[in-house]
Amino acid sequence: MAASPNGHDYRVIGTRPVRHDGIEKVTGQAKYGADYNFPGMLYGKILRSPYAHAIIKSIKVDKAAALPGVKAVITANDLPALPDKMEQAGEMALNMSHLSANIMARDKVLYDGHAVAAVAATSPHIAEEALRLIEVDYEVLPPVMSVEEAMKPDAPILLPGLRNKEEGPDKPTNVATHLQFKRGDVNEGFKQADYVVEREFKTAMVHQGYIEPHNAVGIYNPDGHATIYCSTQGSFVVRSLSAAVLGMPEGNIKVVPAEIGGGFGGKTTIYLEPLSVLLSKKTGHPVKLTMSRAEVLRATGPTSGSTIRCKMGCSKDGKLLAAQIWMAYEAGAFPGSPVGAGAMTIVAPYNIPNLLIDAYDVVVNRPKTAAYRAPGASNAAMASETIIDELAEKCGIDPCDFRIMNGAREGTPQTAGPPYRRIGYIETVEAIKNSPHYKSKLEGPNRGRGVASGFWFNVGLQSSAIVNIHTDGTASVVIGSVDIGGTRAAQAMIAAEVLGLDVNDVRPLVTDTDSIGHTDVTGGSRTAFATGWAVYEAAQDVVRQLKERAAKLWEKKPEEVSFANGLFTAQGDGIKPMTIKELAGRLARTGGPISGRATVNARGVGPAFATTVIDVEVDPDTGKVQILRATVAQDVGKAIHPSYVEGQMQGGTAQGIGWALNEEYFYDERGILRNTGLLDYRMPTCLDLPMIETCIVEVPTPGHPLGIRGVGEVSIVPPPAAVANAIAHAVGVRMTELPMSPPRVLKALLSKRTRAEAQAAAAGS
Amino acid sequence: MAKKVVVEANINGEPIEFLCEPRQSLLEVLRDVLELTGSKEGCLTGDCGACTVIVNGRPLCSCLMLGVEAQGKTIQTVEGLAAPDRLHVLQQKFLEHASLQCGICTPGFLMSAKALLDRNPKPTEAEIRYALAGNLCRCTGYDKIVRAVADAAQTLASGQQPAGHLGSGPSATEQTERFLQEQEVK
Amino acid sequence: MHAINYESPNTVADAVKLLAAHGEQARPLCGGTDLIIQLRAGVRRPSYVVDVKNIQEMRRIEFSMQQGLRLGAAVPCIEIYENSDMRKYYPGLTEAAHLIGSLQIQSRASVGGNLCNGSPAADTTPALIALGAKCRVIGPGGERIVAVEDFCTAPGRTVLQPGELLVEFHIPAPARNSSDAYLRFIPRNEMDIAVVGVGAAVTLDPSDDRISAARIGLGAVGPTPIFAREAAQALVGKRISDETIERAAQLAIAATSPIDDMRGTAEFRRHVTGVLTRRVLAKAIERARAAQTSR
Repeated sequence: MAASPNGHDYRVIGTRPVRHDGIEKVTGQAKYGADYNFPGMLYGKILRSPYAHAIIKSIKVDKAAALPGVKAVITANDLPALPDKMEQAGEMALNMSHLSANIMARDKVLYDGHAVAAVAATSPHIAEEALRLIEVDYEVLPPVMSVEEAMKPDAPILLPGLRNKEEGPDKPTNVATHLQFKRGDVNEGFKQADYVVEREFKTAMVHQGYIEPHNAVGIYNPDGHATIYCSTQGSFVVRSLSAAVLGMPEGNIKVVPAEIGGGFGGKTTIYLEPLSVLLSKKTGHPVKLTMSRAEVLRATGPTSGSTIRCKMGCSKDGKLLAAQIWMAYEAGAFPGSPVGAGAMTIVAPYNIPNLLIDAYDVVVNRPKTAAYRAPGASNAAMASETIIDELAEKCGIDPCDFRIMNGAREGTPQTAGPPYRRIGYIETVEAIKNSPHYKSKLEGPNRGRGVASGFWFNVGLQSSAIVNIHTDGTASVVIGSVDIGGTRAAQAMIAAEVLGLDVNDVRPLVTDTDSIGHTDVTGGSRTAFATGWAVYEAAQDVVRQLKERAAKLWEKKPEEVSFANGLFTAQGDGIKPMTIKELAGRLARTGGPISGRATVNARGVGPAFATTVIDVEVDPDTGKVQILRATVAQDVGKAIHPSYVEGQMQGGTAQGIGWALNEEYFYDERGILRNTGLLDYRMPTCLDLPMIETCIVEVPTPGHPLGIRGVGEVSIVPPPAAVANAIAHAVGVRMTELPMSPPRVLKALLSKRTRAEAQAAAAGS
Repeated sequence: MAKKVVVEANINGEPIEFLCEPRQSLLEVLRDVLELTGSKEGCLTGDCGACTVIVNGRPLCSCLMLGVEAQGKTIQTVEGLAAPDRLHVLQQKFLEHASLQCGICTPGFLMSAKALLDRNPKPTEAEIRYALAGNLCRCTGYDKIVRAVADAAQTLASGQQPAGHLGSGPSATEQTERFLQEQEVK
Repeated sequence: MHAINYESPNTVADAVKLLAAHGEQARPLCGGTDLIIQLRAGVRRPSYVVDVKNIQEMRRIEFSMQQGLRLGAAVPCIEIYENSDMRKYYPGLTEAAHLIGSLQIQSRASVGGNLCNGSPAADTTPALIALGAKCRVIGPGGERIVAVEDFCTAPGRTVLQPGELLVEFHIPAPARNSSDAYLRFIPRNEMDIAVVGVGAAVTLDPSDDRISAARIGLGAVGPTPIFAREAAQALVGKRISDETIERAAQLAIAATSPIDDMRGTAEFRRHVTGVLTRRVLAKAIERARAAQTSR
């Protein structure tokens, strides 16, 4: 049995069974969105803008429509016009006109790759050829590519209707929001400080980089109902947003979530889904739309590039006294960057008495950003965790000790005010400090070791679950949470734990939007936490009902029946304990089948912390950085399936290293994306990474029946700063720009050498 | 428009005849014509490896080969890796090591790993990483994939059957290999 | 992709006939690792694709110390690496071939295709230039020989006229006490296009540790691959020393005309040209010294 830190012994939880959906995925049988084919299916393709910023004067589709094999051509005029204000779509409040205009540009194109028309044809090749025949007349406008340009008083305006509170209702602007967080008095804090470090950081726009491009098959029925098959992190989100964009009743759309080939937040919104339905409606056939990799990079995802000015001060014995931060994030073409999350995470691991944060959400002629694993937090931590490292260095304090000294604990106020409940930040730093990696000696020239920490809120939200008991005593678990990396296994393990069943006797099933209650996205590290909670409760519901049946058989009251270790028992002569299997065979005679149900709107989410140590070697002649060793410690509350928990920690670390070293959107001066493929959008390969060591820290979330904390996101937060700190210790240059690609590192090294030579010359003369 | 062409090839041990347009890639033929959707499309530029198949014993990106070029070739895809009643040791080890999260890259990794072990049954970690460098995985950080391939090599070297799946029928891959050997003998 | 016709001739004569018949509308296909991507992107739109992989003459590797090397233009890179003569006598060219893309790419891509694609960043081209390789080109008007350094004329363009086909490379047998090496710089450890590539071949005079012959090829630092004549010339007759090598590195930098792009800045490329020239010369010299004892 696996001992639990919250006082429970578990039989199934904490073990490492083979995932239930594994065989289909290693034999090629699992069906991802692009694998669905239907009789008579047509193929759709999207025409995209070759300009970053332009007015659409006209679109002529006649020639394309006349090409043999083409069955329909659509533009934004085929979609309903939606009001330019925040509206409810199901559970989400969104500016629907922005959502619609991102899916198909109406009057203006706002980024290279912005969709302007779509075609359905009998083959994907014909559809592609048809795109070449669509004539769009553009009036090209100057592109606004950075937050600095966009915030200038005379900057070209992207969205004529955009206003913010500060500038008032009459002033068009590119600044969608200004947020401020304040505590204490920073000026006073800096006055008391012995050491103050201030730097400006820039981080590049990066993409989630899921290997599976977006896809959707839409089937519209003449009765006004439609079915969408797609790879998404949230089938219910696809349903409500597609309904809003199409002007259809939400209940008329059924979304069948296919297997999903990665998302990392990027598949929590819609792009192709409503267009597949509209093309199906126009043609009377199922229509499949799939994106190319270039379309994925030009028009989906990414997460914000940012500019962050960060100033922090501490006493000479290492007590943090004040932090002042200015941060502006690229929202992309429409408002909605994760700058608020960036602001609330940037110093979240620390107890700092005086704090002032100004955060700006700024529209630029780049694709509308989407969530990416702990959205906004990695950019932010690059700034704050670099400065924490410098302050620790100035104080002569070990970076782990510095963090332990200033680290957030139960009761420490969060950036937004309320104090933390029980959290495991300090434990993650201690785990790193005690790790074989940190205790090992790093030797050799140009090598260095860097530590950094990260915070992520995690979310709860809504989930539904059904647990069915079959007549042979096995069970099925039905959920609406898409399985993006081990969800089925974890949910089956939770049900098996409660029901006293073997994990292989529980079959997990992810179902469509008509077959289960509302369930929010697989994202925000919420699935094991919230859906797991629902499954736990649904399994408890089954136990409660089974107790009633046993009571009936034994002529006892239900409360006289107890259940433990897979056995139902009661006091009394001749009462033989029964297993679920035995009881399941007698359901028909005791009242009929049993299904347990539960829904949750999970509160009391447990935030996550991670601390990472990375060793690097820098080639001083070329600036190339090699990752030698990496260890990540993360508070996961309770690891249900430790292998998949480790997998999340390793995967997030790998993405963070990619962000640190080589990933970036490269736009030319006209605002055209130059690296539209995976050759030049450089994600880490197998040869770029070492094994990634993990320390699972388990500080249970108070209030959750299993103590679960989300595990999916926070591990991406520390690596960029950890790598930057390692580079600083290897070669003595502080990197302030992401990615820390060879040209940037080399430039820093050469200017350091030039400075040193100048100083030596000055000293000599 | 160019006419469709009849192509004969051996796919997963079966002689197969298919019709395709010259502009269709082998990947399109596998997925759209032959309904073998195990090979995945990730980039169409040979950078991600999700469409990796083995052609005449060599791993390659099926997105960068035309379907018509398959004429007379012997092709192995992920669908042919397992025997009817037994997973290939690589498949088993990928499951045991939790080497897949979303699973979209898995078929490509399995085929690259198989091509490696067919030529080099005892690879070092560096050799495994080199052989898999043409396959991108965004979920795992590669750690558990490399471990699974190393473990599979060790299991094959020790002559053990992977646990949990009994049976002795030849997999399509084994049939293909026999076919290839026979061709060589001729 | 637009509609194409596919032809797969078995002889050079048939291939040339097809290419000549369709002129600008025809394009040879070898491994397809560049061409198929270009067709898909609409960068090239030929109506005929002539697959030259089934021409046996273009698939051979023939080596002798007397004749040197005849390397078929359609030999896939992986077969170069697997050939023991190639590894022993042309280690620089072999490592260049083994650096192109992944194993999946190397199973398809050929050295001939790498050159005919006309990319200034082709990995095998600087290695071929270093070896003094010549191209045997056959067209409707007959046969001609072109030095590799004269083959590319601009990014994506070569000396090949419509109807002409690059059939094979002729590379001299290695002189006594000689060897070659190729190094490239890329941001990741695999899968990238060269930001800078440098190939070098050197012949040593063992009597007094002098360099008696040398050639240096540069990639990705100009509109076409570059034969760094002056850099190589500066080595000839010189005793091996840091100063000699540094002089060659500076002349190699002087031979470049790089641009800023998403793969690197011009400034970075110039600097790294110097770094790699120093490193690749050291490697080639080390190999040439080892060849003294092993051959």
